[in-house]
Amino acid sequence: MNQLKRIMGVFWMVIAPVIIYFLIMGAVHNIGEGTKDINKPIPWIIIIAIFTPIAVGLMIFGWYALKGEYDHLPESSDEI
Amino acid sequence: MTTVPVKGIGKIIFSSSLGTLIEWYDFYIFGMLAKTISAQFFPEGNETAALLSTLAIFAAGFLVRPFGALVFGRLGDLVGRKYTFLLTLVLMGGSTFLIGLVPSYKSIGMAAPLLVLLLRLIQGLALGGEYGGAATYVAEHAPETKRGYYTSWIQTTATLGLFVALGVIMAVKSNMNDASFNAEWGGWRYPFWISILLVGVSVYIRLKMSESPMYAELKKDGKTSVNPIKESFGHKANFKMVLLALFGAVMGQGVIWYTGQFYAQSFLENTVKLEFMQSREILLWAIAFATPFFVFFGWLSDKTGRKWIMLTGMLLGVIFYRPIFNTLLKDGAINPQQAMLKLRVSQSSNTTDTLLTHFSLKYVTHTNTNYILPDGTGFSEKRSDTLLVKNYTLYPPLSALADNREPVLTVLPDSKPAYSSIVLTPSLKWKFVFLVWVMIIFVTMAYGPIAAFLVELFPTKIRYTSMSLPYHIGNGVFGGLVPFIATLLATTFTKDPLVGLWYPIGVAGLCFVIGALYLSNKIDKDVND
Repeated sequence: MNQLKRIMGVFWMVIAPVIIYFLIMGAVHNIGEGTKDINKPIPWIIIIAIFTPIAVGLMIFGWYALKGEYDHLPESSDEI
Repeated sequence: MTTVPVKGIGKIIFSSSLGTLIEWYDFYIFGMLAKTISAQFFPEGNETAALLSTLAIFAAGFLVRPFGALVFGRLGDLVGRKYTFLLTLVLMGGSTFLIGLVPSYKSIGMAAPLLVLLLRLIQGLALGGEYGGAATYVAEHAPETKRGYYTSWIQTTATLGLFVALGVIMAVKSNMNDASFNAEWGGWRYPFWISILLVGVSVYIRLKMSESPMYAELKKDGKTSVNPIKESFGHKANFKMVLLALFGAVMGQGVIWYTGQFYAQSFLENTVKLEFMQSREILLWAIAFATPFFVFFGWLSDKTGRKWIMLTGMLLGVIFYRPIFNTLLKDGAINPQQAMLKLRVSQSSNTTDTLLTHFSLKYVTHTNTNYILPDGTGFSEKRSDTLLVKNYTLYPPLSALADNREPVLTVLPDSKPAYSSIVLTPSLKWKFVFLVWVMIIFVTMAYGPIAAFLVELFPTKIRYTSMSLPYHIGNGVFGGLVPFIATLLATTFTKDPLVGLWYPIGVAGLCFVIGALYLSNKIDKDVND
């Protein structure tokens, strides 16, 4: 199980930049193409601004998983 | 830890839950009255007002809620739970009441949307700080064997807040006509004004509460955190648990929560085109029948562990969302063959557009008519029939005169009239209630045990900060993005009316895999550390 947790860490690290890429492409394709919220720049700016640190968080999560940080979860606050 | 007597814990749960319920109520009424608020404060055609409106919608949920989680989480870990969530309640209630007092754009111009935006941002900030405080406060009073059960009462508040908001708006709306409701100082303001009474009662009750015993003990021993934000997110050992909470639990719970309640209502109203009151009635019944299950799954999580109950709720959403929404769509649609048997109830409006193009004239008549079918289904039909006059010229050019062309009249009836304001038969209405109820059951599974789960993940001295941020990113950002991404997908892939569901299905699926792999099902026996 721990081996699988570590291997999947690579996957989490890879999908984080993919999500940001799709968001940026979504913004490029949709801004100015109509009158809905998805065609306005402000929502995209806010969403990309808030999602970038989240995606970085997913990469760090993947890195921790790869390094075996989740092989054993703390059972008391002394371990945190 | 001091054991709180059962009678005492009842008071603690009630006072914490009531305040949290009111905060949710305050936050929801703005969204539910968005159309009216938009007309009053953000008029169409004014670009600055449109920009402020977009900011009010997106910034309050996505940016300010997580920021509020940090600000008030830090405060809660530094000065205590009681005073922090008292402050969030006053901020939320005060800003809600004040929104109800802001004069419209017509009266005070740009000051109106600016004030509303500011107050909406304060609402988002306050909401970000409330939940973590209430959940932590109750959990820190609860014995280990009943932590899931006791905190599940806090979990009912988000749904009950929605229920109360829906109920109040429907009650006000059913007692006046649309013009009185939507007027500048009309009925839409009443739900905002009612908030001050609710908040007053809740503040009075909360003032009588004492500080969480665990936190009070830490403070007495001088063991509280000096810098909760740094300790929560700067130390790897705790930060990795914050990431696990977000990606392995709260992210999926957020989309399940949003899809089962908000997206379901929006889908019934905008895609299935159900009548306004009936779509809300369906949601109200479904919420009423499903709410006890928050408590049930919270209680069950004390017996079996939290992990698999939450993940099962997510997995069921992944499997059943498309079949359920597909049934809603198909059963709610007006069958064209059935529509031939329609009986006219009233003709509400009739307008004509005249379009002059090169050598032709078009009269497009838009008719809105209310019908009823033999089985009792009611609906409104909007059709646009065209009378086309070919060879029509206002000032005939010489070539047209030379050809001696005569005007030719053609009638083009609308082949695809639009149906809206559909009123389902009682049996179909109850089927819809059942389907929405099933989706809210998924919500109760994913959401019921999550407060206890989050509390157990972090130490007392930084608990408020550490659990608030992932909770509000999961619910505010991942959950709040459901309508935006759904519209994005629907615009990109136009053939599938259910394409928007792939976002919550994808996020819940991803969260399920992460949660199943990395989360532990062990209940932390001692949260007093």
